[in-house]
Amino acid sequence: MNVRPRASGARGGSLPIVLTGHPGVGGVAEGEALVSPDGFSARYDLDLTAGTISRESHALYGQSLAARIFVCPTAKGGFATAWALLNLRERGRAPAAMLFGWANPVMVQGAVLAGIALMDRLTPDPMQVIHTGDRVRVDPKAGRVEVWPRAAERRGRPV
Amino acid sequence: MELTPEERGILAGRSGEPVRRSFEMQIAAGEFFGAGRMVPVTSAHLTGDPESMGDAGLRFVEDLCGRGARFVIPTTTNPRNVDFALYRELGQTEEIARRERRLRDLVVAMGAVPVDTCANYQTVYPPRFGEHLAWGDTGAVIYANAVAGARSNFEGGPASYAAALTGRVAAYGMHLDECRLGTHLIDVADQPRSVSDWGALGCFVGRRLTNYWLVPVFAGIEAQPSADALKQLGATLASYGSLAMFHVVGVTPEARTVNEAFGGQAPRETIDVSPGGLAGVYRSFEPEREHVDLVVFGTPHLSLFEVRDLATMLKGRTVHPRTVLLLTMSAGVKALADQFGYTRAIEASGGKMITGVCYYIMTPRELSRVHGFRTIVTDSAKLANIIAAYGYNPIFRATPECVEAAISGRSVVR
Repeated sequence: MNVRPRASGARGGSLPIVLTGHPGVGGVAEGEALVSPDGFSARYDLDLTAGTISRESHALYGQSLAARIFVCPTAKGGFATAWALLNLRERGRAPAAMLFGWANPVMVQGAVLAGIALMDRLTPDPMQVIHTGDRVRVDPKAGRVEVWPRAAERRGRPV
Repeated sequence: MELTPEERGILAGRSGEPVRRSFEMQIAAGEFFGAGRMVPVTSAHLTGDPESMGDAGLRFVEDLCGRGARFVIPTTTNPRNVDFALYRELGQTEEIARRERRLRDLVVAMGAVPVDTCANYQTVYPPRFGEHLAWGDTGAVIYANAVAGARSNFEGGPASYAAALTGRVAAYGMHLDECRLGTHLIDVADQPRSVSDWGALGCFVGRRLTNYWLVPVFAGIEAQPSADALKQLGATLASYGSLAMFHVVGVTPEARTVNEAFGGQAPRETIDVSPGGLAGVYRSFEPEREHVDLVVFGTPHLSLFEVRDLATMLKGRTVHPRTVLLLTMSAGVKALADQFGYTRAIEASGGKMITGVCYYIMTPRELSRVHGFRTIVTDSAKLANIIAAYGYNPIFRATPECVEAAISGRSVVR
């Protein structure tokens, strides 16, 4: 998490890993992946003011979702998430996009209201192929996600 | 999505801009889940409180109201951030109350009935079999689906407003027969013996099945559960697992037999709840320290019978001077409790009866800051789950143990 997103053009010409699925919601988004092994709910896990994970037992405790491509196995929890994404977005604390193994209705409703890209049920499973720090480009309408692994990106660039 | 001529009219703006925009959002979320059509709903239950909505959400509702949007179906409201009569005493700010009043004025102007309860299904709107609903509270949704055989997805904040304005929802998920069928068999050998045991059972299963699209089928249960027991089972499954449906064989209406619950298919997996399983759930909540800051009953909102039982247990006893005891319920249940003397017994012990709120929606982070709350004891596994995000050390225990914790000010290690 101490690796900051690199400037655009950081892909070094390497070919991305491609994930495909049904069309998602929201527009094209690009950013650095933050992968959560645990499920996620904006009420159960998040400090809405700070935009950081505030549940002490959560694997990403203390981390910020802001501007990240958030990758997560399942959407948890209740109605608050449907408001929270707009709330986060207005204060510049929202993720750039969200990729789930399985989304639930409140997460999708929240993404639609906030205009945040969201996709689920992708092949291959994003939890298997995306790692924190990877560069990710999400194109929901096309049902396509491109991933440039962090290590490959480093190899592809002169130090 | 296939739309009726009337629905195409909505999309063309014939019902006004707020309704058109709401409908567009419903279509976008519906298409994500593969919905082919919309379905009319008979009731909407709004979920939204100023804390989770933030300024952005409040402005969204202000904009709807200001543009003349009005609800077209019976519309009710979920718990809010403050009890207007008690927020000062509890240490909540005027600012929080002011925002809550503002929101209430807006939804009432649009036509909602502000019942402010999550147990609407037990009090003001008992759902019927086969009825399509647009409810927001997850505990209310799973109860309506599983226990009544009604049909609703989780219609989160803005989606519940949209449905109240259009009178429709997209037909996917729990509105469709195939999504309601069982996926996992839960073989219950550890029999739940109290209402909180049903919450422990929901926690046990909800920790293992964490996906909206899974449906547990409980078999082997000997007891005939009360409405309050099923309320706890549903609320914990929805909270831990984000589940919206379950079956109890021989109890819930779409599960007269195991075969019916699974639609003739084989379960994907069987989960055993072996003897000791429920005790293990209670034990998984460990107190960091002995002193208890807070004891809370009422997630989901207490029924009249639960209030009566607590009044009986608290009668003639005194809550520890350094422990706060809160009971949350609807204003309707409180009015009856007043009438029958339950309120007097509870207040005489030092407990506080608060209405229209739920502890995790009552700005718990601020309350923790003001009062130094850390250790919370509750018989609601759902509350124990959610409140951990707000910096609390939650201890889930059976109801009588929670009462003893309130009296002694000390938590019990199991």
